[in-house]
Amino acid sequence: MDLQIALLLGQDGITNGAIYALLALALVLVFAVTRVIFIPQGEFVAFGALTLAALQAGKAPGTLWLLLGMGIAVAAIDLTLAVRRGTTRRIPGIVGWNIVYPALLAALLWLVKPASLPLLAQVLLALAVVVPLGPMIYRLAFQPLAEASVLVLLIVSVAVHLALVGLGLLFFGAEGSRTPAFSEGNLEIAGLTISGQTLWVVIASLALIVILYQLFERTLYGKALRATAINRVGARLMGISTVMAGKLSFLLAAAIGAFSGILIAPITTIYYDTGFLIGLKGFVGAIIGGLASYPVAAAGAVLVGLLEAFSSFYASAFKEVIVFTLIIPVLLWRSLTTRHVEEEE
Amino acid sequence: MQKKKLVAGLLVALASMAAQADITVGVSVSATGPAASLGIPEKNTFALMPTTIAGQKVNYIILDDASDTTSAVKNARKFVTEEKVDVIIGSTITPNSLAMIDVAAEAETPMISMAASARIVDPANPKVKWVFKTPQNDVQMSTAIVEHMLNAGVKTVAFIGFADAYGEGWFQEFSKIAEARKLQVVASERYNRADTSVTGQALKVISAKPDAVLIAGSGTPAALPQKTLKEKGYSGKMYQTHGVANMDFMRVCGKDCEGTFLPAGPVLVASQLPDSNPIKKVALGYTTKYEAAHGKGSASTFGAHAWDAGLLLANAVPAALKKAKPGSKEFRAALRDALEGLKNVTVSHGVVNMSAQDHLGFDQRARVMVMIENGAWKLLK
Repeated sequence: MDLQIALLLGQDGITNGAIYALLALALVLVFAVTRVIFIPQGEFVAFGALTLAALQAGKAPGTLWLLLGMGIAVAAIDLTLAVRRGTTRRIPGIVGWNIVYPALLAALLWLVKPASLPLLAQVLLALAVVVPLGPMIYRLAFQPLAEASVLVLLIVSVAVHLALVGLGLLFFGAEGSRTPAFSEGNLEIAGLTISGQTLWVVIASLALIVILYQLFERTLYGKALRATAINRVGARLMGISTVMAGKLSFLLAAAIGAFSGILIAPITTIYYDTGFLIGLKGFVGAIIGGLASYPVAAAGAVLVGLLEAFSSFYASAFKEVIVFTLIIPVLLWRSLTTRHVEEEE
Repeated sequence: MQKKKLVAGLLVALASMAAQADITVGVSVSATGPAASLGIPEKNTFALMPTTIAGQKVNYIILDDASDTTSAVKNARKFVTEEKVDVIIGSTITPNSLAMIDVAAEAETPMISMAASARIVDPANPKVKWVFKTPQNDVQMSTAIVEHMLNAGVKTVAFIGFADAYGEGWFQEFSKIAEARKLQVVASERYNRADTSVTGQALKVISAKPDAVLIAGSGTPAALPQKTLKEKGYSGKMYQTHGVANMDFMRVCGKDCEGTFLPAGPVLVASQLPDSNPIKKVALGYTTKYEAAHGKGSASTFGAHAWDAGLLLANAVPAALKKAKPGSKEFRAALRDALEGLKNVTVSHGVVNMSAQDHLGFDQRARVMVMIENGAWKLLK
């Protein structure tokens, strides 16, 4: 192996690692706030990328029907509860977010031809379709069992994952899609060509991480999320709604997932079931961070990306084995170094 | 009064017997899971099949096995115990088909597989007496590739394949033939269908400096290595397998796949076949019918494997009907014998001549070399 190959592999590893890092952050966030190990995180990657591809192909993305359907389901449940509890002032909000918004979005997609719009508008539309699915999934699947044990939440999480993968096949078919690159240009530094899209991925990931940091440090909502993550009961006593915190964390997770999907769709072919494996590698990163530390999780995810790139060069047939075996020494190290804390019931 | 009831009862019994005499076909396809891109066109094809053969009504029971071996066996068991089918068609992929052989042989029910591996109809296995298949063997396709490479002056070749049974099977067949023909395999790499990057493998292949690269993947995932190789500056010849022969591959691979060679069943380029070729009419018959139902450019070689299974049945059933009634053990045995005795049956992928030793029955007419040119398949003479 010469230096050039090492540099190319490093570049490849960092690009993939950046995506894994974003997903690892989302997983840590969701787990910290809601104690849900969010297996369907990867599905948002696939949904984001494939929704964008569908918009570019001039087709109505299947996720739009999912949004409409889930909106109606959420509205039905929330309205029944609102009427029963007499909190009628919540009704306009419920109807607005769950029925009017998806309907308006559907009308918008039907009126403007998304295929002819500039890329940025297409990306925003794809995000507008996919991201609200996050809080809706929380409302339907997780909110009713918010107080259940981590194991129950994990089981529900697996169920949601399987349902979403099945829907993905129904919506987008078995074959994959690619989207055009954000910029065609290449950058040459010291004889090494770096593709424009690689730069986009790395820069956008870094920007997103900075934005998330600012969100948690500077905004009230971010502080509410942190408070819930540290102590649910305490946060509730301080008047922070855990339901709101849960929905917000799922909204962020969905946004991060969908955006990651849109970032990598020009580099690789995305299938309805691609997301799971990408999410799993993000999960390995999150485990390295103990599902608690954001910086360690991000670093771990980049490590996974690099390890993957180099093992694909040396022993391509064993690549996945090598990547997922990494989790064993990490778990050993964690269980030896950290004090075991019983989960509060 | 009593008498009338008895007559009515008898009539009902007779009617139900007539209904039982319908031919029942149990179909197991992988319409979901990793092999869905192959299974879905197959499933669509069964909807287009004739509902009567030689005046007998045919019932198709179509089940999905989710590309999963256990489900495939479960489906096969359901077919033979509950539905009492006369013939099983399935499954889409090799592992599932291999697992179903035991059930078919045990229940003495003929089975027609739509999967590629030669092992499915390996004559050394006594159970294979009941098993037939429609897709070409990998060996036939590998030979075509090696021949084309040698004619083009290729001396060294690199291999990138799926890290599963498909890639492994191809590597075994291909390296065996390549070695015998003095073609040197200089690199052998693997990747997964769901991989987002194959940069490492591509760099290793390029550093081995091969004259040609063979990519053994199926469907759209096979586009990734080709795109990466192009991107990293590889300029030699590229070969793909017949696993990529659908329009989705073309859509995803785009201009990076120009000039790629692949072996395929003649149905892929049916309209370019000479009129003298008997396969042309059958193949065009299928593609026209499929595209009328599912849109232009939607027909694939995978769906054609299912269609061919239907054609084999249509040719074998009349002979079997002469010996026994559908729904009986005797009919299943007669159908098996009739399938084994098929001679000169033209299907969309070739011409079938079955024998006790060969339950596939294809010859060289079952494959052509194709080049991708201007985003379309072009038949090489």
